[in-house]
Parts: sequence; structure tokens; C-alpha cells
Amino acid sequence: MRIPCPYCGERDRREFTVLGDADPVRPNGMDADAGAMFEYVYPRTNAAGPAREFWYHGSGCHAWLVVERDTRTHAINKVISARQAALSREQGGA
Amino acid sequence: MRYSALSILTQAFRGNRGWRPVWREPEPKPSYDVIVVGGGGHSLATAYYLAKNHGITNVAVIEKGYLGSGNVGRNTTIIRSNYLLPGNIPFYEHSMKLWEGLEQDLNYNAMVSQRGVLNLYHSDAQRDAYARRGNAMRMHGVDAELLDRDGVKALVPFLDFDNARFPIQGGLIQRRGGTARHDAVAWGYARGADQRGVDLIQNCEVTGIRIEGGRVTGVDTTRGFIGARKVGLAVAGNSSRLAAMAGLRLPIDSHVLQAFVSEGLKPLIDIVMTFGAGHFYVSQSDKGGLVFGGDIDGYTSYAQRGNLPVIEDVMEGAMAVWPGVGRIRVLRHWGGIMDMSMDGSPIIDRTPVDGLYLNAGWCYGGFKATPASGFCFAHLIARDEMHPVATAYRLDRFATGAVIDEKGAGAQANLH
Repeated sequence: MRIPCPYCGERDRREFTVLGDADPVRPNGMDADAGAMFEYVYPRTNAAGPAREFWYHGSGCHAWLVVERDTRTHAINKVISARQAALSREQGGA
Repeated sequence: MRYSALSILTQAFRGNRGWRPVWREPEPKPSYDVIVVGGGGHSLATAYYLAKNHGITNVAVIEKGYLGSGNVGRNTTIIRSNYLLPGNIPFYEHSMKLWEGLEQDLNYNAMVSQRGVLNLYHSDAQRDAYARRGNAMRMHGVDAELLDRDGVKALVPFLDFDNARFPIQGGLIQRRGGTARHDAVAWGYARGADQRGVDLIQNCEVTGIRIEGGRVTGVDTTRGFIGARKVGLAVAGNSSRLAAMAGLRLPIDSHVLQAFVSEGLKPLIDIVMTFGAGHFYVSQSDKGGLVFGGDIDGYTSYAQRGNLPVIEDVMEGAMAVWPGVGRIRVLRHWGGIMDMSMDGSPIIDRTPVDGLYLNAGWCYGGFKATPASGFCFAHLIARDEMHPVATAYRLDRFATGAVIDEKGAGAQANLH
């Protein structure tokens, strides 16, 4: 598996560390009740098919990435920086 | 047909022409009292114990492929009960006791071999941690023995005891642990269930779970609708997909775990040896191949195959602890899909849907649990109450905080 980093180009999977599902959004801990925190921490969609995950390019540019990958084939469809993903979510995009 | 020395002898004289298929291949009935989804070890054990312990025989096991085509045929066959936490020890020890009587109970040779499971330690801190684990086990009536360096050397003299990074100081051994022939476990339970009237329906994929008024009424399959008063899911690897059909989201990620077999060798290692510090464990099958493995790949996957970095990591672990294996060739490797739960422990519980039961989240330790998992899941489905040794495996423990985190890794599925 090779991951096309938007900053470094296509690199070996060994350069990256995976964190997991990129879709749950952390609630504001000061406002959120226990139920909202539970929803963020534990349940997962765990899709068989396209899924979005956080990967960290630790042996490269140190950027956090959002990798869209098919969990049935490991084929990578799209990689953007986590920063860009967060910005477009704040602007109401997906 | 009951298997015995006499039956083998009689068949031998008759040219082995009298053996019959071990189970029927029935058409699905319109409805059943209980449907168990999944045709693996846990579901076949569940069906067997539903019939044997609870007298519920109007049962169907529904499998999308062939029986035993999932993780029960893709594991490294280890059985053990060397757990630390109170919620886990009684359950896994119950499983160990069932393993010890399994072949007589099933009248089927599952090749249960109590050759001992040894965990190596490499530092004073790790020794203390294993001493604590061993003490916890013994307080629950499980056998455990802390070995020093010489004790380990007597068992596996060929290891690299003076490794610069991980010198071997000793190990914790559970002598009652060992291995079992994984496919035979599935076949034995399947045969036992079939003999008691359970319908084993293969090549039948569940495509939907029907729910009316908050209560399950049956499952849609590739061979039509099949009604049921109760439905149990035991489909590790695909638990999230099945649960999603009932509108549930589980605290589970699916991950790929790879395993390996070497070419056949003369007897070389007669225990199960685990090198946790380097992520490598090994035993030798009766055919002579070394059966070994290491860590999960770490990313979510349904592909049943992994990637090269983990293969390299496992081989490095092997070479670090046992340099002699460098001369041995790997014959084949494969991947299985694990239900990695958020605390590393399984779930055996009701769901918010009436009549729908869940058996999931076995991480990469499901094989050893097969007998007790089926035993307790059958108890839950039949009586609507938890079996006493499985009361901790609740689905709501993630919301209440009563998680069972054996490794102390937190809510990060790929770290367990």
C-alpha cells in the first residue's frame, strides 16, 4: 500500500501511522453531555467500502492527512490534509 | 454414526465405503425458533449448545459461504486462559474446561493438545507484571507458573537468550494451554448440532434483518425470507455490517490480522511460545509447519489480506528471538478480519431490538473462546439472561464506563 501525500507525493505505507476513522467530530467537552461524548468516542460506522481515516506522515512532512480508502480493496481514492478537511467542514462542506 | 476405534476398524475392512456425509444439507424452512447468523466456530457452538443444553432444536445456522470459511479456519489455533481481569478470567477458564472435555462431548477428534503456552519476559518490570498476571490466574483457580531463565531454557534452548535488546529473563507458562485443530472444532460442532436437528444452511447470505414494532421477525437472505422468533449474530469481522442492517452502530472496527505457516519440519518446538515484546508467537502443527503470527496491520480492512510491512515486522520478531528460523522458508500466509472492539474485549449481549442478540468484538482472540462463547450465547438466547461467567460482556459497558481493557490501551481499536 502506497499513500499519495499531498505534500510529498506517493510514499511507502511504512512512513505513515494510522489513527482511525476521520468522520466523528469531537464535541466541545465543556458543553457536551456524557451521551454526546460516548457517541464521539465509541461507536463506529466501520464501513465495508470507502472510508475516511486520519493518517500521520511521521517519516515525512509530519502532516495529518485524511485518506479516503476502500476497506475491501485497500485502494486509495483521495488524500487531503486534515487541516483542509477541517476547514471545508467548518464551511459546511463534507 | 458414532466414531470409535471399532468404527474405524470396521470401515477399514469394508474399504472405507461406508462413511456417510457428516451433516445434512437441508433447504431452509419458512421459519425457526432461533436463527444464528454465521457458520463459524462461535455460531456452530451456539447452535450445538442451544440444542444440547436448552433443548431448542428448531434452529438454523445461516452461512454466506461454506461452514468454517471465516476466522475459525484462519487463526493460529491457540487455546489458553491466561487473562488478568476479573471479567475475563472466569469466562476464558470456562472455555478452557470445555476444551478439556470437548472431544468426548462431541465424539469428534479436535486434536486438543495441552502442550503449554509460554509468554517470555525480558525485564524486571515485565517479570513483575507477569507475576501479577499469574497470581490473578491462580486466585481464580487457573494454572500458572513463573519460570526463570533456566526454566525457559529447558523448554526452548534454541532461543537467543542474550539478545542485546530483549535478553530472556524467564517466562509465564500456562501448561494447560495449547492448541486445537481449528477446522475440526467447526466440523465437530456442526456435526453435533446437525445430529440434534439443527439445520445448517450454507451459501445463503443474510441481506436484511426484518424488524416489526421493535421486535425481530426474521432475516432476508439470498434464498428468500426466513422467519425467526430470535436471531443471534455471530459474524466476527462483519459484525458492524450485520448490525447496521438492524440500525445499530457498534464500538468495533474491522482489522486484518495476518498469519503464516512454514514448510513442514521435523519436531522442533513442542510448546506455544510468545514473544510479546517483539510481536511474534509460534507453535508447530502436527503436519510439521511452524504456525506463527504477530500484530494486526493497524488500518481498518475487510480485504482478508494484509501488506508487506507487517510481514517484515513479524519476520524481524522471529529472527530476534529465534535466529535459527532464518533457515526455514515460509510456505504461505493469509489474513483474517477481526472485530477489534474499543476495549479489546468481546460483547455477548441483547441489543436494543427485541429478539436480536449479539456475539461480537473478539479481537484476535476468538478461537480459544469458541466453546464458552457458544455456551454463553446459547444461554443468553435461550433464557434471556447472561450466563454467570459472561456478565461483564455487556454492550452498554462503553456508555457506562465498565469497560474491560486488558491491555490498558484506551478507546483505540487498533491498539488492543
